[in-house]
Amino acid sequence: MTGAQAVVAGLKAEGVELVFGYPGGAALNLYDALYDSGITHILARHEQGAAHAADGYARSTGKVGVCLATSGPGATNLVTGIATANMDSVPMVFITSQVGTSLIGKDSFQEADITGITTPITKHNFLVKRPQDLMKTVKEAFYIARTGRPGPVLIDIPKDITGMEGDFTYPESINLRGYHPLFEGDPSKIEELAAAIKKAKKPMVFVGGGLRIAGAWSEFASFIEKTGIPVVSSLMGLGCFPADHELYLGMLGMHGTYTANQSVTQCDLLIGIGVRFDDRVTGLVSKFAPEALIVHMDIDPAEINKNVRTDIKILGDLKWSLPLLSQMAEPGDIAAWQKQVLAWKQERPLRFEENGDVIKPQSVVKAISDITEGSAFLVTDVGQHQMWAAQYYNSKKPRRFITSGGLGTMGYGLPAAIGAQLGNPDETVWAIAGDGGIMMNIQEIATAVEHQLPIKVVVINNQGLGMVRQWQRIFYDQRYSCSRYGTETDLAKVAEAFGAKGIKVQEPGELIPALQEANNYCGPVFIDVLVCDQENVLPMVPAGAPIDQMIGG
Amino acid sequence: MKHTLAVLVENRPGVLTHISGLISRRAFNIESITAGSTEESDMTRITLVVDVGNDDELEQIVNQLGKLVDVIKIINLTKVDSINRDLAMIKVWALPEHRSDIVDIVDIFRAKIVDVHPETMVIELTGEEDKIDALCEVLKGHGIIEIVRTGKIALSRSAIAAKDSKES
Ligand SMILES: Cc1ncc(C[n+]2csc(CCOP(=O)(O)OP(=O)(O)O)c2C)c(N)n1
Repeated sequence: MTGAQAVVAGLKAEGVELVFGYPGGAALNLYDALYDSGITHILARHEQGAAHAADGYARSTGKVGVCLATSGPGATNLVTGIATANMDSVPMVFITSQVGTSLIGKDSFQEADITGITTPITKHNFLVKRPQDLMKTVKEAFYIARTGRPGPVLIDIPKDITGMEGDFTYPESINLRGYHPLFEGDPSKIEELAAAIKKAKKPMVFVGGGLRIAGAWSEFASFIEKTGIPVVSSLMGLGCFPADHELYLGMLGMHGTYTANQSVTQCDLLIGIGVRFDDRVTGLVSKFAPEALIVHMDIDPAEINKNVRTDIKILGDLKWSLPLLSQMAEPGDIAAWQKQVLAWKQERPLRFEENGDVIKPQSVVKAISDITEGSAFLVTDVGQHQMWAAQYYNSKKPRRFITSGGLGTMGYGLPAAIGAQLGNPDETVWAIAGDGGIMMNIQEIATAVEHQLPIKVVVINNQGLGMVRQWQRIFYDQRYSCSRYGTETDLAKVAEAFGAKGIKVQEPGELIPALQEANNYCGPVFIDVLVCDQENVLPMVPAGAPIDQMIGG
Repeated sequence: MKHTLAVLVENRPGVLTHISGLISRRAFNIESITAGSTEESDMTRITLVVDVGNDDELEQIVNQLGKLVDVIKIINLTKVDSINRDLAMIKVWALPEHRSDIVDIVDIFRAKIVDVHPETMVIELTGEEDKIDALCEVLKGHGIIEIVRTGKIALSRSAIAAKDSKES
């Protein structure tokens, strides 16, 4: 067996069926070993596309996403994808090939110090220097990627190591002295929280991506059913609690709902569950939930007190803590508070002005939400359309709202949708992108066409970099510096050139029929929707302001 | 306030860079960092002195370091009775007429003269940071040519080895 075959055997032992990647000189041994391995390899058109696709696959299935690339330029093309996965705690294993051992450090052809480059953006990385370490490393990489707070792990393997013959056996156990993810925490802290819940008059729950990762949404739902505490979500938490539930108040933060931001500002107990209190959520930290006792439930000890000071910390897996909490918690006297938040929800819903002449971008999202009944996989790119998707797509199922939250990576949407579709072949996958971001990985339409993936890509085309223009409109005196391209591209034709079905929508009346056509079409379909370019994402909290001071809404 | 952390790590290439990178990336200040082998061949011990504004910052440093897979254990030695040492070598001007003065100073500080040239001397001192600072201060009058210091290393007085202690 060669080193490369050992790596592939390791992947099979980890249950990997599908990998994404792009070959090259240093990776030839690995690719040769893949050839008749039974593992499906999806050839992206750019390594970044492969990385985001593996990420979309991981987020939508909960499995580890695997991505391969060659040395040097192949490996560096992964960097944005790795950083994206790292910020959103996505379990992934990246395998990069490296130049031969004797060439390392000599500025050899296609050499890049990828372990050095990715140290700050991986959960862990390895440079394998001895063939006998290959299988152990693969096993450790998968273990680290998917346990505790998940994240990307990179394995860099020199070409000669993948070529060496040897007797390889997959190790049975793992011994990592410095790595002990904790599952069970301290139950007395949960008692403390139960007591605080009993006492609270104005409690709130703030739920985030950690709940999705833990897969503890049904435990969470029982806790809410029992206590009646209203819920707000972070961008990463969308879908973990059904958007149409009475106690759901929407997204919190910069583009959150009036009700969510007001409720958190006034609450007396804030229970953060699998969240990291990102600055896009807290606004001015000193004015964030100023009246509240703050509770933080998370698996990562380093998140506690990082951004917001916590009064009660509950470390451990939510699969452990939430059932215990449900058991111990008794609802307090919160009827008046419930009434208050529900009144806000009634009085101040998210809204936008409909206008018969132009298509409003929000209405595109709303239409998709209606057509799919909030149950499709919705993958977004980054920009205004992403926030409108977060606001107007009524996501009802967990793991189905897929977006680059922490890093905010333009170009993420299309490849991630490809990954989500490959991971969920029987489900409907929609991607929403802007006319800016779609250009960043538009070549991946070719990948979707090659595999005849029935993804529905909708470009909300506001003829410019909408989110940039919004900030320029509000904070830079409408000086629209470099936020529009000098040429117009017929995106539907581009899609057609790649072999997808392309549809152009210019009139309001064409929108619904086009979306319906896409919904029924089985193959990649790409709809370019021309929308009003004046629209702002509202409400909006200016960066660094308290979250109850909102523009609009 | 300054804190001295003993960080036990896997003896792997790149670990020191990883640790120093992590701390500087998160905008914390490293006062000194030293690394060396230990009683176990596959373990390196890093002594890290950080200057933090408050306890939250320290908690963050310890928590973030604790996340690194190669970090086996972190002990805050500031909180336990421990012995702290720096090693310094100081090269001073030592013309014949000033030599006996310098020798007196070296004696008082229980330092050592480790090299003598017609015009210069190299003095070695191991001790707590303050003591080394004080020696440097006194020698300033004679004209210091070069100072090199190791940065702090520290060891608790307790009978339990850091690797076996309960802390994180
Ligand atoms: C890779 C990358 N480059 C730049 C940005 C900064 N950025 C954030 S939103 C945005 C505009 C996005 O425009 P578009 O894709 O057309 O979406 P819209 O905001 O119009 O919906 C830009 C440039 C980013 N998030 N990612």
